[in-house]
Amino acid sequence: MIHATPLTGYLLVAAVLFAIGLAGALTRRNAILVLIGIELMLNAANLNLVAFWRYGPHPEALTGMMFAVFSIAVAAAEAAVGLGLVIAIYRHASTADLDEINRMKG
Amino acid sequence: MQEALQFVPQTAASGIARTLWLIPAVPIVASGVIALLKQPRRKLASGLAIGSLAVSLVLAFAAFAHVLAGWASGHAVRETVNFTWLQFGTSAVELGWVLDPLAAVMLVMVTLVGLLIFIYSVGYMAHDENYTRFFCFLSLFAGAMLGVVIANSLLLLFMCWEIVGLTSYLLIGFWYQKPAAAAAAKKAFITTRFGDVFFLLGIVWLFAQTGTLLFYSQGAGNLEPLALGMLLQTPAKLGLSAAGAIGLLIFAGAVGKSGQLPLHVWLPDAMEGPTPVSALIHAATMVAAGVYLIARVYPLMAAGVLPGGTTTALTVVTWVGASTAVFAALIAVAQNDIKRILAYSTVSQLGYMMAGLGLGGVAVGMFHLITHAFFKALLFMGAGSVIHGCNEEQDVRHMGGLRRYMPLTFVTYAIGMLALCGFPLVFSGFWSKDAILESAHQWHAGQGPYFLLVFGALLTAFYMTRQVSYVFFGEYRGHGHAHESPRVMTAPLAILAFFAIALGVVGTPVWPWFRSFLLDTHAVFGGLASFKEPGLGVLMLTSSLVVFTGLALGWALYGNRSPRADQPDSLEKAIPPVWRALSNRLYVDEFYGATVIAFYYWWARVADWLDRRVWGGLVAAVTWLFGLWAQLNRFLDTNFVDGTFDKGCEELSSGGGLMARVQSGRAQNYLRLLALGVVILAAILIWSSRG
Amino acid sequence: MNAIFWILAAITVAGGLAAVTLKNTVHCALALTAAFAGLALMFLELDAQFAGFAQILVYIGAVAILVVFAILLTRGAEQTEGVFSRTWLIGLAIAAAVFAVLAWAVLHSAAALPDAVGLPGPAPAVTVAEIGNALMGRYVLPLEIVALLLTAAMIGAVLVALHEKGEPPR
Repeated sequence: MIHATPLTGYLLVAAVLFAIGLAGALTRRNAILVLIGIELMLNAANLNLVAFWRYGPHPEALTGMMFAVFSIAVAAAEAAVGLGLVIAIYRHASTADLDEINRMKG
Repeated sequence: MQEALQFVPQTAASGIARTLWLIPAVPIVASGVIALLKQPRRKLASGLAIGSLAVSLVLAFAAFAHVLAGWASGHAVRETVNFTWLQFGTSAVELGWVLDPLAAVMLVMVTLVGLLIFIYSVGYMAHDENYTRFFCFLSLFAGAMLGVVIANSLLLLFMCWEIVGLTSYLLIGFWYQKPAAAAAAKKAFITTRFGDVFFLLGIVWLFAQTGTLLFYSQGAGNLEPLALGMLLQTPAKLGLSAAGAIGLLIFAGAVGKSGQLPLHVWLPDAMEGPTPVSALIHAATMVAAGVYLIARVYPLMAAGVLPGGTTTALTVVTWVGASTAVFAALIAVAQNDIKRILAYSTVSQLGYMMAGLGLGGVAVGMFHLITHAFFKALLFMGAGSVIHGCNEEQDVRHMGGLRRYMPLTFVTYAIGMLALCGFPLVFSGFWSKDAILESAHQWHAGQGPYFLLVFGALLTAFYMTRQVSYVFFGEYRGHGHAHESPRVMTAPLAILAFFAIALGVVGTPVWPWFRSFLLDTHAVFGGLASFKEPGLGVLMLTSSLVVFTGLALGWALYGNRSPRADQPDSLEKAIPPVWRALSNRLYVDEFYGATVIAFYYWWARVADWLDRRVWGGLVAAVTWLFGLWAQLNRFLDTNFVDGTFDKGCEELSSGGGLMARVQSGRAQNYLRLLALGVVILAAILIWSSRG
Repeated sequence: MNAIFWILAAITVAGGLAAVTLKNTVHCALALTAAFAGLALMFLELDAQFAGFAQILVYIGAVAILVVFAILLTRGAEQTEGVFSRTWLIGLAIAAAVFAVLAWAVLHSAAALPDAVGLPGPAPAVTVAEIGNALMGRYVLPLEIVALLLTAAMIGAVLVALHEKGEPPR
């Protein structure tokens, strides 16, 4: 199939996704949902990477896609650790409500 | 007849002269050693003192022999050893010692009399617990006195003079627990100090004029023609030359030390000290130091004298001496303390010596000094023996008839007394006193001193007879048992009695050895022909008559019937008002008390007021000002500095509080801020790239 | 615009929106999964087959499951006041600002790009062998580092989430 979609389209979608993820991270009370937001942001960045790779001058160099693959791997690791932390905090404070947790205050 | 001191050229210092410094040094070192002894070691202390003075005696005799040999062979001896002590800039202060006939005779006298008194003290102070301290001070005194004798520098003389004054103070106040003794010591020190101020002024003036303080220094000394001539040329106030003025200032020091009018008041009070002290210091040696000083600086006092005339300085000396002689003799008539009578007698005799110096020159004055030293020491030691024998009784009205209980003391005391009165021909006192009377008779400036001195001789005989009658004749009116003193005390008495007679031999007109020795002339043994000198026979007769009159008068009034203490004195019965004045010592002390001392206390009060009110007030004012300043500071500090500082800190604190609110502790807030930061950064980047 | 692109875009964006706005957290996790799926298809569309399948395997297969587990483990205290923070408007505003910046950047750069670049070139023929070679050759260092990272993360996550001694399991 011939792609007629310009690069801009993909970039805009990525931007929207990023903004949605950010909004979620900044406004939701539950810590898990903040992490969900963060995953969305990461995915938006991956989309950007792949889009630029495809529409760039040398796609046969695989640079963009490799970058995205590594990003996925790192995101997985980060998600694991982050969720572990959330569980640990939940155990300690018996809540996952971010408005309540202000031990870092001062 | 006055005889000017011939100028004797200096000879090179012999071995004896070079070691002359040992004579004062040995007793001073002994004194230091005694002072450092740990426990009181009585035998060692007195042994050291007597031993050191014996060494000095031997050396003094050696020096005397040397000078005698020189005189006999026609080469007069005046040897000096001088050295520089301080150097400042171009001028220097020199010290030194001199050996000449004057020094030689004085050395022998001081060491001999001193040694005898030291031996006497062993017995007298045997029961005293401060035995070692006594000998320490005695030794120091002896050393210092010998220093005065050999000093060639007026400064060295003054230094030793002051040490002599110090030891006198220490010894008068030896029994310092007695308030009377302590007061007497203080009085002695201060009165002599008063004279010493003028002495020091004289020294300073002399140094300023001539640039040196040495007496003899190869022609450059103060008593040598060059300096004397220069001093004569320099005029001073009141028509005097510098020589005369300096001489009078130095005489002021002698007035204090030798107890002349008006500074005689300390000497009678000094009898509070132990009797050996009175004998040594206040009879024979220290008080004679003043006379010796005038004899030493005689060329200065006699500078510019014309043959047959006299200088102003010497006139002053004569009149002071003559008046003192009579004044003190009058007071002695009415005293009841055995030592006080002798003290006033000493003052009177010192007046004779001074008058002798002024009227007849060095030889006349010195001869009386030497003879007086012996018989006065004898009299004092005899008095000490009497006091000791009467169990420390000193009032003559409580004595009497002691010739039976203390025969040896009586005999020696009688010899001394007759020597003092000037009993004709046999006793030395007659010849020395007659020499003075002869000079007075031949004085060109008037006969006043002559009549005064003759009257004084009358009084001397009178009061001594009175004293002897009170003490040795009549019945014993004292308490306890009277007894003779031990051998160690009576032996020196005998020796001194011998000298009281024998010394007369060297001063008779028959063989005027003493005079020629001092003046470096030939002593001609003239035989009886020398008595044919015009006026001499009449003079001798007159003085003998005077002495006999005095003795007879005394015996008539007192004789064998001396009254007890509760009865009035015989003379008192005759002339009560005169007696009252005399027994109150002619009110001299009271006069001083009312004038000098009263002024001093007034001045002390003024100074105290100044100190407390004026200076104290100033200090208080400054303190008050400081207090005010401190309060102002505190006000500023609390209200302004604290206010601003505290306010500032509070603001800072609240600012910090405000800023701390950012740290909410909620992760989402931090995240928001992050995102906001990114937005702003991106905006900036975009804006900058667009522009 | 290609129709496939629009459909895929719609799925992804809708999934994302749902993921951040739904009340039930499990629904949010499921919506997230949908968003991941949409993204994977977009990768496939962009001829990044390896990335697409990696996305499915890792994100949908691991991350989403992890999220579900985490939600289940932190189920105890459900919100009483509402799903959004008290100050949700500020967060929304910031997110909107970020979007504004990004969109502005994209659109303006697009205007400057010549048309040729706006369209893709021929599709690259990417084989797994080539990817393998690239991983072992050119990208061996990042590979090793990511391996280390994954190990560390695994250990760390286990440690963090471990039960403390004596503490009763919640």
